[in-house]
Amino acid sequence: MTLFLETLIGGLLAGTMYSLVAIGFVLIYKASGVFNFAQGSILLFSALLFVTLLEAGIPFALALIPTIAAIAIMAVLIEWWVLRPLTNRSAMTLFMATLGLSYVVEGVAQGAMGANVHALDIGIPDLPIFVGDLLISQFDLVAAITAIALVAILALIFDRTRIGISLRAVADDTRAALSVGINLNRIWQIVWTVAGITGLVAGLLWGARQGVQFSLSLVVLKALPVLIIGGFTSIFGAIIGGLIVGASENLAEAYIGPYIGGGITSWFAYFLALLFLFIRPTGIFGERTIQRV
Amino acid sequence: MTDTTLTLDRNISQPIVVRERKSGQYWLWLLLAGAYLALPTFGNEYWLNAIVVPFLILSLAGIGLNILTGYAGQTSLGSGGFMAVGAFATYAFLLHLQLTFPIALFLGGLIAALVGFLFGLPSAKIKGFYLMVTSLAAQFFLEWLFLKVPWFYNYSSSATISAPRLDTFGINLNNSLGKYYLVLTVVAVLTWVALNLVRSQTGRNWMAVRDMDTAAAVAGIRINHSKILAFAISSFYLGVAGALWTFAYLGSAGVQSFGLSRSFQILFIIIIGGLGSISGCFIGAAFISLLPLALDVIAQTLFAGRVDAGLLQNIQKAIFGALIIWFLIKEPDGMARLISSWRSRLSIWPLRF
Amino acid sequence: MTANSAGAGDQDAILRVRNISLSFQGIKAITDLSFNVRRREICALIGPNGAGKSSLLNVVNGVYTPDSGEIQYGNETFRRLKPLDAARRGIGRTFQNNALFKKMSVRDNIMTGLSRHSRTNFIEHALRLPRARREEADFTRRSESVLEFLDLRAHRHTPVGSLAYGVQKRVELGRALVSDPTLLLLDEPMAGMNAQEKAEMAAFIKDINQHLGITIVLIEHDVSVIMNLSDHVVVLDYGRKVGDGTPAEVRANPAVIAAYLGATH
Repeated sequence: MTLFLETLIGGLLAGTMYSLVAIGFVLIYKASGVFNFAQGSILLFSALLFVTLLEAGIPFALALIPTIAAIAIMAVLIEWWVLRPLTNRSAMTLFMATLGLSYVVEGVAQGAMGANVHALDIGIPDLPIFVGDLLISQFDLVAAITAIALVAILALIFDRTRIGISLRAVADDTRAALSVGINLNRIWQIVWTVAGITGLVAGLLWGARQGVQFSLSLVVLKALPVLIIGGFTSIFGAIIGGLIVGASENLAEAYIGPYIGGGITSWFAYFLALLFLFIRPTGIFGERTIQRV
Repeated sequence: MTDTTLTLDRNISQPIVVRERKSGQYWLWLLLAGAYLALPTFGNEYWLNAIVVPFLILSLAGIGLNILTGYAGQTSLGSGGFMAVGAFATYAFLLHLQLTFPIALFLGGLIAALVGFLFGLPSAKIKGFYLMVTSLAAQFFLEWLFLKVPWFYNYSSSATISAPRLDTFGINLNNSLGKYYLVLTVVAVLTWVALNLVRSQTGRNWMAVRDMDTAAAVAGIRINHSKILAFAISSFYLGVAGALWTFAYLGSAGVQSFGLSRSFQILFIIIIGGLGSISGCFIGAAFISLLPLALDVIAQTLFAGRVDAGLLQNIQKAIFGALIIWFLIKEPDGMARLISSWRSRLSIWPLRF
Repeated sequence: MTANSAGAGDQDAILRVRNISLSFQGIKAITDLSFNVRRREICALIGPNGAGKSSLLNVVNGVYTPDSGEIQYGNETFRRLKPLDAARRGIGRTFQNNALFKKMSVRDNIMTGLSRHSRTNFIEHALRLPRARREEADFTRRSESVLEFLDLRAHRHTPVGSLAYGVQKRVELGRALVSDPTLLLLDEPMAGMNAQEKAEMAAFIKDINQHLGITIVLIEHDVSVIMNLSDHVVVLDYGRKVGDGTPAEVRANPAVIAAYLGATH
């Protein structure tokens, strides 16, 4: 029973990371209708930039400023060069463009900052601690708390600020939002920046654990089943979806894995997502099916 | 039931002369003759093995994905997985049933088609992004399967497969010319088949489903049948391409050769070449094969080899990505359309004077 | 059978709509609607916008499933019909906002309508076996005669998406017509056309009905066109039938005048 609980909790905590990446997706999808495959590369880019700055001797807090500025500049460039020329094109075309975008961002990031693995110490010891009888990773715990804090901040921003309200207006009814004078292009730039910052947070947490390296960009592949389960349009769904995927794949690896050769986390989440698709095609919290793209 | 055609014919004042545009066909035959006769004579072995053979195989894979995505409108990121199925299935037929290569290849393609059929079944219920995620499920599951189940690679320690022998009805194909002719023949035949398909009622049904599936059903097209057929045929092509990639190009390969980046590569070929164009697959594959070479040459001449190989690879990656975006924005029908519009401009060009 | 179904000759009806009700998320689009369409007649559905005319056509060819009621077509009765089954039984259909295959050429669009007559499979197509070639030649010939009939031959190889709206309407009619339908459902075939185009389209419809013997149910707003073209008019208002009869009868019906003719024109 202890093993079960530990596996479950470990999975849930890891799941918060998936949620973080998925939230970036949902934000962009809600605001611009783009299924952003480049979320993983943007995460890699920002984490790589941050760690490069750290290695150049810039203190932690100070390194955040140019990193976030770079994310914002990237968001503006993406809006100019990719989103704006592709306005009114099919969702699948936009998706393919983000595939291309992910290649550009990865190529530029690794070309400029190298493809080496960078160790990143963000001051959280990666040692397990006992909570009662249960052995829990301290790191996962801190990561989960960070994720929760980030979500809370996002919620505040969207509830209280002008920008948040405009964003919700755009997500609800783009045409109506335009007619009341909301600058759609500006909204896109801001949302891509915010999504990039959630990516940065996720990238730093993951990077601290396994080193900042190319494989970080692959977390995007973990986020896809999370989105299917949680729905493309719900931040809350992304959180729950992340938890479900994290917990179930950890449990599956521990209890089913040994019988079929292990390493099943690469596809287990996808099969789970498929199951969900057949039961509830719009995800648990999704608003509508994406009909024909 | 009345015979519409007969009754309608009364309206026709003169006999219908349907003149189809066939001028392209001469070029095709010329190209094929050139590929069979001229290329092996003038090209050296390196070119044949390292450039032309992979180019042809990638074109074939492109046709496979284009049938599914460009014609039937179903996006897939699982091409690599289906190529792996073809490769490993062909290997099993070669190894366990001692079949001659072309037959093993054909059966390997059929197994891939069967797997494609199975993973295509959800397309009856799921659309768009959701379906794309299904194709990713296929990709990751198949990668895992061919890594974790040693039977597929005959328990070899390197987890790779290589053909026991490559002969066709007694002709030894284990030299570079033999492999070239093998690949060329398979690609030529399957290209002909693909052209037949997309120009037939099957192809029209695919395009109708792609353009508007509800209208397709109203017009009397069995849309689910059409989609699933596209999945199966597409996977057949990809499977054959995967087997050729393994046995006629690489010699031996593991599932790593058919990862997600392979799926992306095939998708990029058809985006650059042209969605819904068979000739576009060749153009896209040529482009994607030649661009790295061109970049290499540029780097060599401009920087005299001082550019780090890793950097070059990243530059190449960024250029590919930028090209994808550029094509999607400027020419969604790809280079095939670009070239045909140049050609028509060229053909009317003298008339302007 | 409801009391006010179309007068005489019910035994000759090809289509019987019986007590159909349809709603979308609680909002009623059609309420307990019944009427008959006789073989070889032109039946016009009229009524203000939102009266449920298009929804009704969608029920008849299976795009929508009604909440209750049934459709009898020929000798078969359906509670629930799928678009494909409707097409395979010879119900052709055009849509209000053209539902064409935009990237395909005009002739390819028309040829898709022949799917229900295809007797060859994909292997025969792939290898161009004799049966497939013969069928392709036959389909091409049938499509060409439709192109000729609808005066579309000049556009044969043009992608449909680049054609004018009025021409697209004809292509869509062609796609339905080539399938050799028994019943044609035309949703505003003359929408957005000028007077001359309308006259041409009306002539096509009349021709199709008289010479090919195809039963037609159409939705149209232009009252003068309806009075000239149709044998039978069904008037809808708020999803209910308010009139049913010959054009002259309907024109004289006070309820109809109040609901439709008086209100919109």
